[in-house]
Amino acid sequence: MSDFLSLFLALIIAAITYGTPLLFGTLGEILTEKSGNLNLGVEGIMFMGGALGLGGVFYYEKAGGASGIIAVGIGILCAFLAGALASLIFSFLTITLRANQNVTGLALSIFGTGVGQFVGEYMRVRENGYISIGNALKGFFQNSPFPGFLQKIPVAGGVLFGNSVFFYLGLILAVGMFFFLNRTRTGLYLRSVGESPATADAAGIAVERYKYLATVIGGGISAVGGMVYIMTIAGCVWNHEGLSGVGWLAVALVIFCMWRPLSAIWGSVLFGALMILYLRLVLPFVPTQLYKILPYVVTVVVLIVSSMRNNKEKQPPASLGLAYFREDR
Amino acid sequence: MSHEKKTPLIRLAKRDGMEGWKVWCIRAASILFALLLGALVMALAGANPVTAYGTMISGALGKKSAIRQTVKIAVPLLGCALAIAPCFKMRFWNIGAEGQITAGAIAASYFALFWANRLPSPVLLVVMGLAGALAGGVWALIPAFFKAKWNTNETLFTLMMNYIVIGVVRWLQGGPWEGRKGSQIIPQFDEAACLPRVLGVHCGWIIVLVLVVFMHVYMNHTKHGYEIAVIGDSINTARYAGMNVGRVMMRTMFLSGAISGVVGFIVASGANNTLYDGVAGGVGFTSITVAWLSQLNAFAMVGISGLLAVLSKGAETLQTRMAVPTSISDIITGILLFCMLGCEFFINYKLIFRGAGKKEARHE
Amino acid sequence: MENCAIELKGITKRFGEVVANDGIDLQLNRGEILSLLGENGSGKTTLMNMLSGIYFPDEGQIFVNGQPVSIRSPRDAFANGIGMIHQHYKLVDVFTAAENIVLGLEEGGKLDIKAAEAKVRAICERYGFDIDPGQKIYDMSVSQKQTVEIVKVLYRGADILILDEPTAVLTPQETDKLFDVLRAMKADGKAIVIITHKLHEVMALSDKVAVLRKGKYIGTVKTSETNPQALTDMMVGHAVTLNIDRPRYETPVERLEVKGLTVLDGEGVKKLDGVSFTALGGEILGVAGIAGSGQKELLEAISGLCPVAAGEVLYTPDGGAPADLVGKTPMQIRKAGVAMAFVPEDRLGMGLVGSMGMTGNMMLRSWKKGRGVFLNRKDPNELALRVWKELEVVTPSTDFPVRRMSGGNVQKVLVGREIASAPSVLMTAYAVRGLDINTSYTIYNLLTEQKMKGVAVVYVGEDLDVLLELCDRILVLCGGRVSGVVDARSATKDQIGLLMTRLGGKEGN
Repeated sequence: MSDFLSLFLALIIAAITYGTPLLFGTLGEILTEKSGNLNLGVEGIMFMGGALGLGGVFYYEKAGGASGIIAVGIGILCAFLAGALASLIFSFLTITLRANQNVTGLALSIFGTGVGQFVGEYMRVRENGYISIGNALKGFFQNSPFPGFLQKIPVAGGVLFGNSVFFYLGLILAVGMFFFLNRTRTGLYLRSVGESPATADAAGIAVERYKYLATVIGGGISAVGGMVYIMTIAGCVWNHEGLSGVGWLAVALVIFCMWRPLSAIWGSVLFGALMILYLRLVLPFVPTQLYKILPYVVTVVVLIVSSMRNNKEKQPPASLGLAYFREDR
Repeated sequence: MSHEKKTPLIRLAKRDGMEGWKVWCIRAASILFALLLGALVMALAGANPVTAYGTMISGALGKKSAIRQTVKIAVPLLGCALAIAPCFKMRFWNIGAEGQITAGAIAASYFALFWANRLPSPVLLVVMGLAGALAGGVWALIPAFFKAKWNTNETLFTLMMNYIVIGVVRWLQGGPWEGRKGSQIIPQFDEAACLPRVLGVHCGWIIVLVLVVFMHVYMNHTKHGYEIAVIGDSINTARYAGMNVGRVMMRTMFLSGAISGVVGFIVASGANNTLYDGVAGGVGFTSITVAWLSQLNAFAMVGISGLLAVLSKGAETLQTRMAVPTSISDIITGILLFCMLGCEFFINYKLIFRGAGKKEARHE
Repeated sequence: MENCAIELKGITKRFGEVVANDGIDLQLNRGEILSLLGENGSGKTTLMNMLSGIYFPDEGQIFVNGQPVSIRSPRDAFANGIGMIHQHYKLVDVFTAAENIVLGLEEGGKLDIKAAEAKVRAICERYGFDIDPGQKIYDMSVSQKQTVEIVKVLYRGADILILDEPTAVLTPQETDKLFDVLRAMKADGKAIVIITHKLHEVMALSDKVAVLRKGKYIGTVKTSETNPQALTDMMVGHAVTLNIDRPRYETPVERLEVKGLTVLDGEGVKKLDGVSFTALGGEILGVAGIAGSGQKELLEAISGLCPVAAGEVLYTPDGGAPADLVGKTPMQIRKAGVAMAFVPEDRLGMGLVGSMGMTGNMMLRSWKKGRGVFLNRKDPNELALRVWKELEVVTPSTDFPVRRMSGGNVQKVLVGREIASAPSVLMTAYAVRGLDINTSYTIYNLLTEQKMKGVAVVYVGEDLDVLLELCDRILVLCGGRVSGVVDARSATKDQIGLLMTRLGGKEGN
């Protein structure tokens, strides 16, 4: 029995590790989609975040930096800026120039993965084949920020206090975003922009500004997820695989959690669990590779069920994916 | 004076239609602009842009073998863009071509792997093509069914379907269809299951060119095409005219998926001679941009898919000759798409700058 | 002129080639109600949208309280104390009333929905509005939504109110209530603009009337110094006889018999409840009712566009036996000779394809004809040329997208096409919606012509005056049920007005 429990706890911890990059990716995309922008470029954004975040930390270390807190800060900052910049391109094209969001998002995912790969490759070539962070700094990215005795609390200690710093940052961000969207004036206005831009506009809300800010900040947050993936799961190394589809999984998770930041927390852990379940729970009749499609299958089911129920509260933002131009007629 | 100050600096107005030659000038200018931005990226990467572009062009079009390679890249792009066009005309945002290609490739591969010695080559190829079309069509039909029945969001649904079917290929690769144990690779197809070559390239290019004409006629001169256009404009009107909107949606998606499935067959049988999880390799996504930028015009798609293929092939040469990472082609493609997407704005809207209207103002 | 709330000078607005407003001057004082009168398409709404910051004028100057202002956005409009209640309510469906009301306010500090709800309740009590601030918009009726819109403007303390056709969706009782509120606000010193084309409302409510015609400013008159006939003259430009020619058809025959027709919407709510009536060939049967009483569902059910929960639609073709249309496809029903021309609010949404030209739109009726997979373009093109000529449609070519035609021409295309199919039952809804009076008469004449050919015409309309003069009998719908059928030659407006609201009142169940 205790064997089972420890196995289960280990699974949860691994699920959290795998879910954390998703959590950032998803939270960023929730913010973006709440403004009515469907940015399908998340994969590209996370790629850029991953490559540039890693690059920032690498060069910080190379310049002799050794402070873990600063390193984490630099990683977050570089990734955020990369994602914000990528989303700025998306925003400019879709909001100001009114290009189709689906197409622009796909173009961004092509562009972003290109930039990510390019930067990664470029650094690798310049630094003679290997981009990696030293073990000392690595620890700050991968280990728990809490003191050892808390982690050693029986049963719950590891799950509660043993995760990387990013999980806790993600939790704070999710709760913060929940309050922002549901309890603040700006959040209410932002949601109105995503639901009905014409209404928001008539009410004197600066629709374009909200869309820009939400999309750019959202993109930045998503990009941090890419950095987290590289720093934790990929082991602080740039390899050719890059992120291999985590960005698309984040788009799926947004749907799965029905655009609610708090649901994104357990949703990301669940998706994380589904991503690694094949390593931990080997069922003889289910091939391991098929485990990996579970998150997508689950999302499809959620999508279908929510459309069949047609619950007014559990729907995508009503103007998701549509351009808005005030003088359209 | 105070009035002047308070007028917004720039205002927008919708244009009522622009002369054709101007439209194409703007589009050409946007491509040029994108290439200039690309040159900037190359310069930043430490390559001389002029030599780099030269290398790309000679790498893509310089030799017969290079041209063949380029055509090989363009074929699936064009085929898939054609598949997507009717969906987008209907405003059904099918971004699941990636998965539909893969589904088609799986079905075609099944026959390639297990029926190669039982059927004569021409029959086998036809069966593979049909199986690919059927599988791609069915894969596309699923989201269309739910869209028609419960208005399930098709953008997100089709997107998810991509990763499900790609996961299935990964499973096949490491499981039932695996060649040498532990290799994670599906064996090469038998000679009989590979598309024959015409002019040095697998004959998929002929199939796609036939599809170009077919799609042009289908969209503009058939009852189906008319139904699609009406539904894309107004679903209410379509119902009023006695069209069964759900059925047309499903039919169109089936057709679209079927064409993508045939593309999957072409890629697996003609280009790769095997099946692997990257069989679609992003073509499903890139082709969406091809279709959109061509304004869903079948003939324009030939040009745009060709352009992207040249970039992509050229970047490969760039890597071997100048040690610039191939991913530069994704960057330049991205920039190109951004510029072309953005330029449509200047075709559809005009900017009115403050003060420009002064001459017309009556009271000043 | 320190009392002057709003002044417009030389306001011009163009949409592409179309001049929607051409050098408009207008002036309104505090404590006044101004009616902005004009036919649809005369530029009333466009003009007011420039006051509320939706559009920006191409030329001209707006003054508020005597100061020149530039209203670039709705926010600027609020800052100047201008609040507009749009015809199409601008509300977020998944928000509560209170959330909608505080939308866009710059109150600073954190969002206190409880306080906002209390304030909303206070306003409601003061004016006798009946809404729950915590209720979601998607659960509300049309008039409740309008109330939310009005409270929204009051909440902001607007002192210049613009109402765009506020009574179009209200019952007479609700209209009276609204007018009382407006009068109270006027007494408060607010300046109010009400956009309308209903003359009796103009006469009942306003202090002065400004008239627009085809985008041009015609003039402003004091209500006390004018009368409906004079106003009509200003609106139309020349005196038109209000008489609609109404000949009798000698031998009416039964064409359509509807028995106990019941239709449910997606949520299972009854939209039509046991509707029964007959429509005769050789008469125009008018259908009256407040917007949303089941008119749309009635026509859609008969033409096979929405599922029927119960009841029969018996159709008798020439020299044939009655057959039930329920369960047949729209295509079969059309082929049998039942045509429908429904003009929705956006004019294009049902029956026309905006991006296609006349030919493409004529094809909507015939696209399926002929064998094979290819379209026949020749016949529709000939039909388009005929309609173009006969109905004097203004368009550069038969391939010119109908979306870019003016409203009247769009409707001519639609109605012309339906008549061209030589139906034996012709149903129209809102056929003259937004048309100028001359074009309306063209349509009336077309319908009467059809009637005299023995066609059973069903005319769903909004304007009771027209219904009374055009139709032979009038069917009145109320809340999805038939509240009465009257003889149009002898019935009075009051009588119909009463029927329109009866079932909703104490006699309903």
